Amino acid sequence: MLAYIVRRVLYAIPLLIAVNLITFLLFFSVNSPDDMARAQLGNKNVKPEMIERWKREKGYDKPKWFNAKAYGIEKLTDTLFFQKSVKLFLFDFGNADNGRNIGYDIRVRMWPSLAIALPVLLVGLLVYITFAMTMAFFRATYVDFWGVIFCVVIMSISSMFYIIGGQYLIGKLLHLTPISGFNPDNMFKFLVLPVIIGIFSGLGATSRWYRTIFLEDINKDYVRTARAKGLSEGVVLFKHVLGNAMIPILTGIVATLPLLFMGSLVTESFFGIPGLGSYVIDGIRAQDFGIVRSMVFLGSVLYILGLLLTDISYTLVDPRIRFS
Amino acid sequence: MALALFFTVKMLMQGQALLTLGIVVAALVAVVLLNYATRKWLAASAVTLLGLILLLVLLPWLFGRPKYLYSDYFFFVLLAFLSTSGFYVYSKLHLRMTWRQVFQRKVAMGTVVVLLFFLVITFLDSIHFQPPLNTMAGKSAAQPQYSTQIVSVLDRVLGAMRDKDEKSYSAPFATRLYVKESIELPGGKIVREYPRLKHGGRHLQPGQSVAGDVASKALIAVLFGLGVWLLLALLFTLGRMLQKRCALRSAVLELFVERRGLPWHVALYTLLVVCIIAALLLYLSNFYHVFGTDKVGQDTLYQALKSVRTGVLIGTLATLIMLPFAFLLGVAAGYLKGWVDDLIQFLYTTLSSIPGVLLIAASVLAMDVYISNHESLFRTAAERGDVKFLALCGILGVTGWIGLCRLLRGEALKIREMDYIEAARAFGLGHLKVIFNHIAPNVMHIIMIVVVLDFSGLVLAEAVLSYIGIGIDPTMNSWGNMINSARLEMAREPVVWWALVAALLFMFALVLAANLFADAVRDAFDPKLRTG
Repeated sequence: MLAYIVRRVLYAIPLLIAVNLITFLLFFSVNSPDDMARAQLGNKNVKPEMIERWKREKGYDKPKWFNAKAYGIEKLTDTLFFQKSVKLFLFDFGNADNGRNIGYDIRVRMWPSLAIALPVLLVGLLVYITFAMTMAFFRATYVDFWGVIFCVVIMSISSMFYIIGGQYLIGKLLHLTPISGFNPDNMFKFLVLPVIIGIFSGLGATSRWYRTIFLEDINKDYVRTARAKGLSEGVVLFKHVLGNAMIPILTGIVATLPLLFMGSLVTESFFGIPGLGSYVIDGIRAQDFGIVRSMVFLGSVLYILGLLLTDISYTLVDPRIRFS
Repeated sequence: MALALFFTVKMLMQGQALLTLGIVVAALVAVVLLNYATRKWLAASAVTLLGLILLLVLLPWLFGRPKYLYSDYFFFVLLAFLSTSGFYVYSKLHLRMTWRQVFQRKVAMGTVVVLLFFLVITFLDSIHFQPPLNTMAGKSAAQPQYSTQIVSVLDRVLGAMRDKDEKSYSAPFATRLYVKESIELPGGKIVREYPRLKHGGRHLQPGQSVAGDVASKALIAVLFGLGVWLLLALLFTLGRMLQKRCALRSAVLELFVERRGLPWHVALYTLLVVCIIAALLLYLSNFYHVFGTDKVGQDTLYQALKSVRTGVLIGTLATLIMLPFAFLLGVAAGYLKGWVDDLIQFLYTTLSSIPGVLLIAASVLAMDVYISNHESLFRTAAERGDVKFLALCGILGVTGWIGLCRLLRGEALKIREMDYIEAARAFGLGHLKVIFNHIAPNVMHIIMIVVVLDFSGLVLAEAVLSYIGIGIDPTMNSWGNMINSARLEMAREPVVWWALVAALLFMFALVLAANLFADAVRDAFDPKLRTG
């Protein structure tokens, strides 16, 4: 098994290199630094010296792959590719356009993101499973039928509506929670609304999916055996079916665990929470390529980490998987 | 026939001899094809295609000079593809029977009417032209001048909403503006008051109540909608009657009372609802702003309707663009195995490991810079917006093909072990032939399910992307842009809610219909397929 895990880790390395290359090509080959500078400085009346100065300030005034003017190893290191892309592997993200250190910002901002994403995940799991179980328990009755309809309706409404509607109803009309904002010392007050909305907007798709998983298991032989033993429907569902159905559900969740740090783009920006999601949006709106590039890389690292964790957890819960 | 004749005469009058010749030739080709072709489905789709092309060439001339955008062409290709595959499916018994299973569900029958309605709006909104300029009367129409503005046939249909701009916000069915303004009275005194709207409720007498007027007008509209529906239903019943060669009475009985076969009655009832709503909106918007107006006084309903095209196109074009790649790569990986499989797997794992939104953001940012540095490539804002829109569809396609690719690879892995593939190989068929003749038909259902399922997700994604600022160009109408600008107004006191509600309602109708239809399709074709 150790060999298997080592192999998976080794497989992640070429993936990361490829991601790194793709982002580099996307940001530096589609548009040259000159184009970026022109777009940043406004298109009209940009003088060449202004572009040069912008490039020098931001460190974009180096050759792309190979610096013929430098000496020794610097021929390779004093280039755009090394400075802007390879350094990402060391989690050295450099500075944003406004001069702040991106690495520092990320380290500070990941905690508020986690503070929302974790409750949404945990409480959400509980809510979704309960709802899906109810539908499965009352399968082929009106409860199930309307439950599914309810899910489809929830799925069909844009998540923006839940956020705006929730802010308006709970925050503005009922004054139960603040409309937006964040305070690290008194997080609970500010987090209730985004968490509730986060859970609700996922309710439709996830519950419906869980319900299919449950219903698939209900028709299997072991369930028939359990019923034949004379167990009540409740025990069969909650002990046997739930236990087995949790395997795909939990392994699916493991894949998303590392990405919790990334937070949710829209929720965070609507609620003014200083997490990584709103950081990305700010970066996009300010056309700050440094931030976007760093976040792309960070996101991929976390995703690949999630894949790795999924593989490992599969081998733990399902002994049939061979390590070959 | 009458339409063709009408066009012929009109074209002859305009001196478009070449076009007239084209129509005649096309009609002849159509007749020959329909009568003598051995493959009826091919002939039927060829004729449909000809008709479509003719319509697209001719229709805009009624209003001005045709001026199609790139995305229009994509949409027409999509339509041609849809109609061709429709005829193909109809001609093959086994395919027809599976689709019958889809439409045996009442939900599918109902939702498909709604989807078709959206498709018709999109179609009308995709026929673009440049309207003629009002030249001086003396200057003769020999050399008509055309505006640089690009409008669509839908704009002409919705003329009542399009041209009646107000000054600023006004609530639905309002007769006065939403904000107070200083008005100078005849005596020279200045009062702050809600000024009267220029268009909304202008016909009202002083003192006449809005509610009563709206109610009476709504009644007229409902009756009109009912009338249109009755006409359509009658036509449909007559069609059934001719097809079954039975009396009208038994055709009506079969449709509405006995309800044997497909649930056509559900489709007809949905059509009734659609007719009435359309009649209400169209008729009332002659007199009022049904969903109010926005900040610059544009009718909100008009914006929501114009956004239909954006929504439908983004849901379909993104998939259309990615489909060839997903199919070829997925099937090649599963069927060929070995290093091809490794390579393709590596490719899609890499792409999927970049979080979707970030990849989209990065690509859109790169594209934005490119476009803003190459302004000279685009003559009008509409064209630039259109190219950006297509690029966005492409980017969404690139990030979206992975799921389908993975599914197809899995399926191809299973199929390649089947006996019939071995037999085909033993007969000496090449890999390409095996892939297209033997594997493709057996993975078609997966492609279709995924395409239909993805549609609603893409429509919803558009709103989020537009909010983040990497979506549709702000010059284009889209529900995302509407929500985005309406969001800022929620903080106003009193609140401006109608733009938001209008965008969300329309989006909800489209997405709900698509979701329900997708479910029916999946249940009929492959209930066990895990697409979650």
